Amino acid sequence: MRGLMKKLVGLTALSSVLFLTACGGGGNEESSGAEGGKVSADVGVVSFLTGSGAAYGEAIQGGLKLAQEEINAKGDVKINLIFEDSAGKQDQALTAAQKLINSDNVTAIIGPTLSTEMNVVGPEADLSGVPIIGTSTTAEGIPQIGDYVFRNSIPEALAIPASMQQAIDKYDVKKVAILYGNDDVFTKSGYDTMKKTAEEMGLEVLTTETFQKGQSDYNAQLTKIKNLNPDLILASALYNEGAVIMDQARKMGIDVPFVGGNGFNSPEVINIAGESSNGLIVATPWYSEKEDEKVQEFVTKFEEEHGHVPDQFAAQAYDALYILADALKNAGSSDRDAVRDALAKTKDFEGILGNFSFDEEGDVLMDPTVLVIEGEKFVEFK
Amino acid sequence: MLIEQLINGLTLGSIYAIVALGFTLVFGVLGIINMAHGEIFMFGAFIGVMITSTLNAPLWVAFLGAIIITAIMGYLLERFALRPLRHKQGVSHLAPLISTIGVSILLENLSHHLFGAGNHPFRTSFAEISFQIGSITVYLVQIVIFVISIVLMLVLTFWLGKTRAGKALRATAENLETASLLGVDTKKTILMTVIIASAMGGIAGILVGMAFNSVTPQMGLSMGLKGLAIIILGGMGSVRGAMFGGLILGLAETFIVVYGDSGYRDAIAFLAIIIILLIRPQGLFGQKIST
Repeated sequence: MRGLMKKLVGLTALSSVLFLTACGGGGNEESSGAEGGKVSADVGVVSFLTGSGAAYGEAIQGGLKLAQEEINAKGDVKINLIFEDSAGKQDQALTAAQKLINSDNVTAIIGPTLSTEMNVVGPEADLSGVPIIGTSTTAEGIPQIGDYVFRNSIPEALAIPASMQQAIDKYDVKKVAILYGNDDVFTKSGYDTMKKTAEEMGLEVLTTETFQKGQSDYNAQLTKIKNLNPDLILASALYNEGAVIMDQARKMGIDVPFVGGNGFNSPEVINIAGESSNGLIVATPWYSEKEDEKVQEFVTKFEEEHGHVPDQFAAQAYDALYILADALKNAGSSDRDAVRDALAKTKDFEGILGNFSFDEEGDVLMDPTVLVIEGEKFVEFK
Repeated sequence: MLIEQLINGLTLGSIYAIVALGFTLVFGVLGIINMAHGEIFMFGAFIGVMITSTLNAPLWVAFLGAIIITAIMGYLLERFALRPLRHKQGVSHLAPLISTIGVSILLENLSHHLFGAGNHPFRTSFAEISFQIGSITVYLVQIVIFVISIVLMLVLTFWLGKTRAGKALRATAENLETASLLGVDTKKTILMTVIIASAMGGIAGILVGMAFNSVTPQMGLSMGLKGLAIIILGGMGSVRGAMFGGLILGLAETFIVVYGDSGYRDAIAFLAIIIILLIRPQGLFGQKIST
């Protein structure tokens, strides 16, 4: 059965490759290259469009399409998007990328959605000399894959120190307590970042307490923390556990602020913990209520089309296409190497995420927005 | 600090004890471990959340609703998952265990669909009532949980020891055929036991929801496993054993966090259980099996 499926998939892939090469031949000449100062280019998108993570793919697709409309309407650059589904699987992501690189002759690729997918697609694109931009890949080491690999999604290792720094400056923090989920890779790596940052900042770590997923009673750990009187609590937790922790902490009379990682950054925290959630500080790459014309325009347009406020996946995809369009314009052609060089030079790009630059490795250089919950609402931390 | 932690430990221990009482009752009569007990407990908590948050009804309605629904679940469990397997030729004595595991998986997934995977807060004004004694905050819920667990233990002990129904129940536990011959309606006795145990699970569910303000579809599994460990520690089928076993585990878990490392919380608590069982294999209050 498995063997048969594989053969079938292989056959379908092969036939679609043949089909697309056949019709790609004619279309390519007119769609690529500069024509009278106007650059037009094919951009491939590998995204998680079907399966368990389809919501991510949908958000990314929505953000990209909106950006594409606006860019093409402006007229400096004409971008044609070719979407491919990865279904969140490494092998399918690789097949999709190979098709885009070899038969569609795309200038650049946006995606794939997951870091695990990027780990196989990135080297392939790098080898073929196709610039690739991850918009949602936050794992360590992604831009280090090669010269052609970029990302505009901020890794946790950058987000947590940013929120810690601001909290420490404001509340004059000297002593902290750390609380983290020790049975989850994500919260564990968040803890590692917190611990490292606390050491670098010279904070005194009073105690490090752990908990497990699905636990409902945190009173023992919190009572211990309460009696040590920290100025700040660093909590690397997913929102489900995190919200309950805050609720029990506030009931106990712990009123110091909490700093959380990205997993803690969810409106669900407010739904679950209510007014106990006040005082949670998180860093986010995307803040939909920012008082900024561009941001509000994007939010309104996206909401009109999709019926809900765009999340960070939509926003990051939107900005990524603008960054790419910027690079295409500066390169003046749709030549892959020229576009890569122009991308690498991206500096102080003003997008909806904020002021954005690539570092020499193609990783993010950006100040994330730090938010705090006040009056049961996320507001900018000042 | 010590007193605060003692209160934390007693609260947690009392909750464990109430869950374990439900386990021990069914085990004592039927000789089977009801793996679905944790999920019935979880359903009780969700019913409480639904009634208080969605319908905005007062707390006593929530208790009543949870007791009724979990009692019905107990009836269905006995009627369709346990009774068909009793006294059948060729049915393994493990079959009821497996069928209750099946029910527990069914219930967990059902609650995922009905209530969603996320955490539900339990909002009642009752859960907010607290006293300040020095620097210590004691919540009324914590006291209520402790009192309810003691009351349940006393009532159960009295019921089993002194009343006709309790005597019938013990006779059934001793020997089903003999009890039946002596005029005990064993079918009814067994059914009653499972229903009462389930309703106690429902009560425990609401209490946990109020104490920790956290209700998730996964809470049944971890609570169920703890309850199982407790009745083994306390002695299978022993009411006092369930009570003290629960308190010991709750206090042990809390004080490991206080004096040790919270990462080893469960490991050390269960290590303690293993050591106690090595010394007293029949459990703290279990009777030695004599030949």
